[in-house]
Amino acid sequence: MRPMMETIARRQRIQDVLFHRVTQVFSLLVLVALAGIIASLFINAWPTFQKFGVRFLWYVEWDIVNEEFGAAIAIVGTLASAGIALVMAVPLAFGIALFLTETCPVWLRRPMGTAIELLAAVPSIIYGMFGLFIFAPLFADYFQMPIQKLMAGMPMIGFLFGGPTNGMGILAAGIVLAFMVLPFVAAVMRDVFEIVPPILRESAYGLGCTTWEVVHHIVLPYTQKGVVGGIMLGLGRALGETMAVTFVIGNANRMPTSLFSPGTSIAATLANEFGEAADFHISALYALGFLLFVITFVVLALAKWMIVRAEKAKGV
Amino acid sequence: MEFNQSLYRKRQVANVVGLTLSMVSMLIGLAVLMWILFVLLSKGFAGIDLNILTQDTPAPGTEGGGLRNAIVGSLLMVGFTVLFSTPIGVLAGIYLSEYGDRSKTAELTRFITDIMLSAPSIVLGLFVYTLAVATMGGFSGWAGTLALSLIAVPVVVRTTENMMRLVPGGLREAAFALGAPRWKVAVMISLRAARSGVITGLLLAIARISGETAPLLFTALNNQFFSADMTQPMANLPVVIFQFAMSPYDNWIRLAWGGALLITFAVLVLNIVARVFFREKTGH
Repeated sequence: MRPMMETIARRQRIQDVLFHRVTQVFSLLVLVALAGIIASLFINAWPTFQKFGVRFLWYVEWDIVNEEFGAAIAIVGTLASAGIALVMAVPLAFGIALFLTETCPVWLRRPMGTAIELLAAVPSIIYGMFGLFIFAPLFADYFQMPIQKLMAGMPMIGFLFGGPTNGMGILAAGIVLAFMVLPFVAAVMRDVFEIVPPILRESAYGLGCTTWEVVHHIVLPYTQKGVVGGIMLGLGRALGETMAVTFVIGNANRMPTSLFSPGTSIAATLANEFGEAADFHISALYALGFLLFVITFVVLALAKWMIVRAEKAKGV
Repeated sequence: MEFNQSLYRKRQVANVVGLTLSMVSMLIGLAVLMWILFVLLSKGFAGIDLNILTQDTPAPGTEGGGLRNAIVGSLLMVGFTVLFSTPIGVLAGIYLSEYGDRSKTAELTRFITDIMLSAPSIVLGLFVYTLAVATMGGFSGWAGTLALSLIAVPVVVRTTENMMRLVPGGLREAAFALGAPRWKVAVMISLRAARSGVITGLLLAIARISGETAPLLFTALNNQFFSADMTQPMANLPVVIFQFAMSPYDNWIRLAWGGALLITFAVLVLNIVARVFFREKTGH
């Protein structure tokens, strides 16, 4: 009996070690992929960084013929459209999360929550098509033209509403993006609102607080980090989104001068130009891709860090 | 005690205004979903007929045509992506949940996986372009599959890990007490108990990659003709939709709407099936 038991034990130990190592290798693949992405982008972008140096970041030029490249136009377009998207999406997402956790009748919570999650599942290219064919014409007729008439003569802010009124441009892209990131932000906010211990809420209600006061003075301060994390997650999504933006931003390599003027984002430039690029142009596009990856990586890492901290706090 | 009427009124007004605004934002969210679905249904059905399944994408300027090659291409690439990313993702997920409690590398992997979930997909396309397209001679279905796998694997890893963590520790301990080796406990107890959750994760991963356009632009590219050869450029629904929607031809735009309806329908059905399946199997 004994020798047999020993062989079995030995075999199992070998199997265990093998299994441990094999699964570990697969999990490390994720890290390898990340390192590969950063390395390959950087190596391919190197000629551009070498030629333009740090100036690449604020050089306002994208001249394919003369091989003069700067990222400023695309960076401004990316930040502006993502910023507009957040300004619109965050209050709406907060409202939705508040509704789902405080006012919604319990039997309606699941279907309503699912509806918001389905909105998040709609592929981004659908948002793009929707933006181009449905939203842009309405936006031109019922928003851009009246607003431009109204604002054109205004000192200080009039210039923001100049430019073509064809429904495309930075603001239109921002609005379509807002619809797209809204469900992501709302879902995170709802999840963190739900971790507030019931006893805190109940004590506040017991003191006579209104629902609004409970949310404002109890839920929000308690979930602050998670809420900010959710917003950053939405920002990360908005910065890197390609399809929803490409359809409506206008794809012009010029510095946007108003909210209505066409522009481009990093992702849209890549989508439009990479397929036909050659030589140095390719390297410049890789440099843009590298910048986009670094920016979104930092934003998403901060978002993740904050959400984790918020969830850890629930043990209090 | 004197009752402060004006303060009471102010608080009540703030409450009503706040809650009304929150209800309005919920309505806006629902309205956007309904609007998108309505537009897709009305425009999409106009573009869908039997030809969509039997004919290939039309050349510029020709009438009619369908999406057969694009549908087959999408199915092939998504199918192979599932085939490759399931074992990779599940094994990595097992490692993170069964061995990854005290290890710093596991923690880092978890963090990076979460970030990769939201990483800009077009950059993944660039990476696969350098890795596979530029080195192995051209755009191909395999390159597209690789790009999609980069998106699918993190989804599978994280859901597998989360679902296996929900398995009660007592179950594992009971198996250990019977003398089962660790790998058997992981595969035959934990993974089996978490099976429905893992399948849900897979379905969600499929839904996620089915609509991805950006990573396919420079990897699978597109192909006007029918091709099941994974080493050649391959037509796929998202890229066809992108090109056709931006085109000046009416029948192309109609086909793009038809394709958009097909994809959204598939993605939403997958999402709903995943949810219903998960709820029925686990009672969550």
